[in-house]
Amino acid sequence: MQIPMRNKLQNPGILHRIENFLPKLVVIPTIAVAAVFIYGFIGWTTYISFTDSRLLPKYELVGFHQYVRLFTNFNLFPPESRWSVAVVNLLIFSVLFIVLCIIIGLLLAIFLDQRIRGEGFFRTIYLYPMALSFIVTGAAWRWILNPDLGIERLIQQLGFGDFTFRWLVDSNMAIYTIVIAAVWQSSGFVLALFLAGLRGIDDSIIKAAKVDGASLPRIYLRIVIPSLRPVFLSAVIILLHISIKSFDLVMVLTRGGPGFSTDMPATFMYAFAFNRGSLAFGAASAVIMFLAVMAIIIPYLYSELRGTRNAR
Amino acid sequence: MRGREPVMVGERSTGAVIGRIIVYSILIVAALYFLIPFFVMAMTSLKTMNDIRTGNLISFPREFTLDAWGKAWSSACTGINCEGVKGYFLNSVQMVIPAVIISTLIGAVNGYVFSKWRFKGSETIFSFLLLGCFIPFQIILLPMSQTLGVLRIGQSIFGLIFVHIVYGLPFTSLFFRNFYVTIPDEIIKAAKIDGAGFFKIFWKIILPVSLPIFVVAIIWQTTQIWNDFLFGVAFSGSDSQPITVALNNLVNTSTGVKEYNVDMAAAIIAGLPTLIVYIVAGKYFLRGLTAGAVKG
Amino acid sequence: MASLTISEIRKWFGTNEVLKGVSLAVEAGEFLVLVGPSGCGKSTLLNLIAGLETITSGEIKIGDRVVNNVKPKDRDIAMVFQSYALYPSMNVRKNLAFGLETRGIHKDQIEKTVKRVAAMLQISELLDRKPSQLSGGQRQRVAMGRALARDPVIFLFDEPLSNLDAKLRVEMRTEIKELHQRIKTTIVYVTHDQIEAMTLADRIAVMKDGIIHQFDTPQQLYDNPSNIFVAGFIGSPSMNFIKCKLVKKAKELSVVLENRKGDSFLLPVGKADKSLEKWIDGDVILGIRPERIATGFHEQEGNPQIHEIECAVEVLEPTGPDTLVFVNINGGKVTCRVSPHAAKLPGESMKLMIDMSKALLFDPETQNRIGR
Ligand SMILES: Nc1ncnc2c1ncn2[C@@H]1O[C@H](COP(=O)(O)OP(=O)(O)OP(=O)(O)O)[C@@H](O)[C@H]1O
Ligand SMILES: [Mg+2]
Repeated sequence: MQIPMRNKLQNPGILHRIENFLPKLVVIPTIAVAAVFIYGFIGWTTYISFTDSRLLPKYELVGFHQYVRLFTNFNLFPPESRWSVAVVNLLIFSVLFIVLCIIIGLLLAIFLDQRIRGEGFFRTIYLYPMALSFIVTGAAWRWILNPDLGIERLIQQLGFGDFTFRWLVDSNMAIYTIVIAAVWQSSGFVLALFLAGLRGIDDSIIKAAKVDGASLPRIYLRIVIPSLRPVFLSAVIILLHISIKSFDLVMVLTRGGPGFSTDMPATFMYAFAFNRGSLAFGAASAVIMFLAVMAIIIPYLYSELRGTRNAR
Repeated sequence: MRGREPVMVGERSTGAVIGRIIVYSILIVAALYFLIPFFVMAMTSLKTMNDIRTGNLISFPREFTLDAWGKAWSSACTGINCEGVKGYFLNSVQMVIPAVIISTLIGAVNGYVFSKWRFKGSETIFSFLLLGCFIPFQIILLPMSQTLGVLRIGQSIFGLIFVHIVYGLPFTSLFFRNFYVTIPDEIIKAAKIDGAGFFKIFWKIILPVSLPIFVVAIIWQTTQIWNDFLFGVAFSGSDSQPITVALNNLVNTSTGVKEYNVDMAAAIIAGLPTLIVYIVAGKYFLRGLTAGAVKG
Repeated sequence: MASLTISEIRKWFGTNEVLKGVSLAVEAGEFLVLVGPSGCGKSTLLNLIAGLETITSGEIKIGDRVVNNVKPKDRDIAMVFQSYALYPSMNVRKNLAFGLETRGIHKDQIEKTVKRVAAMLQISELLDRKPSQLSGGQRQRVAMGRALARDPVIFLFDEPLSNLDAKLRVEMRTEIKELHQRIKTTIVYVTHDQIEAMTLADRIAVMKDGIIHQFDTPQQLYDNPSNIFVAGFIGSPSMNFIKCKLVKKAKELSVVLENRKGDSFLLPVGKADKSLEKWIDGDVILGIRPERIATGFHEQEGNPQIHEIECAVEVLEPTGPDTLVFVNINGGKVTCRVSPHAAKLPGESMKLMIDMSKALLFDPETQNRIGR
């Protein structure tokens, strides 16, 4: 019964206190950093959005002036102001991006889930674009969609002499080139989500349905896909989140052009805040973006966290 | 997955065989869809401009040449500079290494506290930190560029490192926390009774089993930071630009004759490091993606 | 070896009171078993004793020392967990040595201790393996070894056997009992398996909802449970509780039992005394263990407290040595334990002897024991 320290710590001394405080001490820097650089900065940007800052920040409040500017002539169909173009583009982009990614991802996941030989090989191929930056992806697609030497030339050389494909420089169609590149980059990721979901489904449910005589397509339509609902939700949230933040692809593919026909909120914000010396206006658009993301993410996170807590 | 969809002898009919053929055909077509852009990039980078003007996207080069690669690396014009992407590539390396190491280490300790040393309010604090994974960074761009200026690290690699550490922390903390919650609390209790304190438990018991999550976090951070464009374009100076910014400048240069082969070579150079990481450690890469995306 | 005194302990988790004033006095060298249903606060109490959670109010003394503010490592206790909690990155030797190393004990001394403990638990050949390379039973031994190596004044066991299969569990149970007889260290042992409790304990504390309902020797708990919960918790199959009327005839009190056909039987429960007066002509709950309803007893001859009733058999459950017969009395299911040969088939009527000397009465309202 040799306990050397037995009497040393009869009453909680200073060492003891420090030890109790240690975990907090260790995370305090992170908490401080988050408080300042996340929450403080959100507040700061919001403040700027209520000023009339142009090239340099000014701190006299002017009320909702910038927001009013954002939403004057705010007409979505047809879009009139530059901001409404950005919003409409975001709508078009996110709907197409999400729908296409989910269709491609889900179908490929289902096909990959058929005990495929070389599944790992296929999966590796489908997912590699996720490892690339949007800038690299954009550079590649910018070349592929090149109005003279890209797909247009390829199809023409295949014998369709008068084929034209000039979406990249067509202000009505350029937004779709961004969709094409984004879908190429992200659908593999959605596939991975769905594949994980499929692997999580209890095999015996499918066996039971088989015994009941259901055909394979029917099993998928009626049993498997409905049980993937949480995966659909996650996928939509993540893709929506990517959409709202999308900046890189637009910059490299079209720079928001031709004109500002492919502007999105993220590029809009950057253009006004950094290139056109309109800090407050840019800040106001950033605040709108932030609010949009939070409106989506907070309910989602809340239900996710609550879900896991209940499960325990 | 074995046992699902048992293949019955009677079902090995022509119908089933045709079904299999269809499935494989679709998978192969999809594989081509994902591979062709890369193939196009590679072929284009190996062509001469002359070849490009006469051939098409998927035609093979008439003569293979590495000229475009050489030019992309050391003499192509990115904006006003004409020294290739070499310097920017090195900028990215200099930025990624310290940012990844520091954000991962801090994240590990944070995850340890938020999972194993919870205190009153720690869950709430953690969820606030978690929200940092989701904010559109546009909301912090302006204050950050002001702050970096005040700290005298604006337009520098140090500034970028700092920014990447700050906004990487929510992710790394989340990774480690989610990993450490799977270690039973009882192990910590046992160690406490055995007389180990906060750091000793971390060092002797937690760290030795953390290798997988370190790999995940490092890969995630490396790809995120390497591939970042927004911070790069917003906070770097002309001599501290990361490779993504340089590549963007290169492909968007409107002066002189467009050299698509050089663009593609530069694009592959920019993509290669993360591509290699993906091929070497794909499993961990995917784990990071799903952990980083689904839960946070 | 040290005594353990717990007085009026309360523990709140947020707004949830988990322990509601628990007091226990464990003598040095005693083997105390805490039993109770899941979630009643057993692990919480153990964690408080270990110092892993802070006490909301009350006092814990180990020996003569109040340990409320003493860190776990300075309480001189060792704990064995349900999940064993072995350090996954360390081999068995390191696992055993870790607690000694952090205490700065000399290397040679540690080596000796590890050897001795490993030999005692027959895990000497496992010393270089990692926990992941051990079977469940081996892990359990290592977990015990880790506690033993420390040679503490109190051992705390939190359901150490519940992850083992049935056979191993019985073996380890015996080993733990032998171990205690050898080392004679105070043990607080948590389980929700009442057989484990009965076989191991010097004394058992039965807990429910953060309250200790009874703290007594196993035999006392079995024979004289203080309320319906304890009576039902201890013993398997569980005691029968039959709602019935208490009547007074001459100077004797009896309960009225009625089978499904409507035949009623009057079973005397003793002389009318003051303690039962309140319930006369009212309802009481008769508690009788299945083994006290049978076709016959060894000591049957001349025992005036054995009475015969007749009931129709509803279901049979042969267990091997005995057969459980389920009958219906006063509208409720009653289990009887009879010899396999005497059991009748379902539907047939059967004569059963009830030994009323071990019958207990409970108040239907408070659930507490009444009389005697
Ligand atoms: N850290 C905690 N925070 C909040 N509530 C807790 C905590 N630990 C335990 N509880 C609650 O306290 C109650 C008692 O838990 P405890 O673990 O002591 O039960 P137990 O008797 O050991 O049960 P079991 O037999 O299942 O192990 C439970 O309702 C539990 O939900
Ligand atoms: Mg417990």
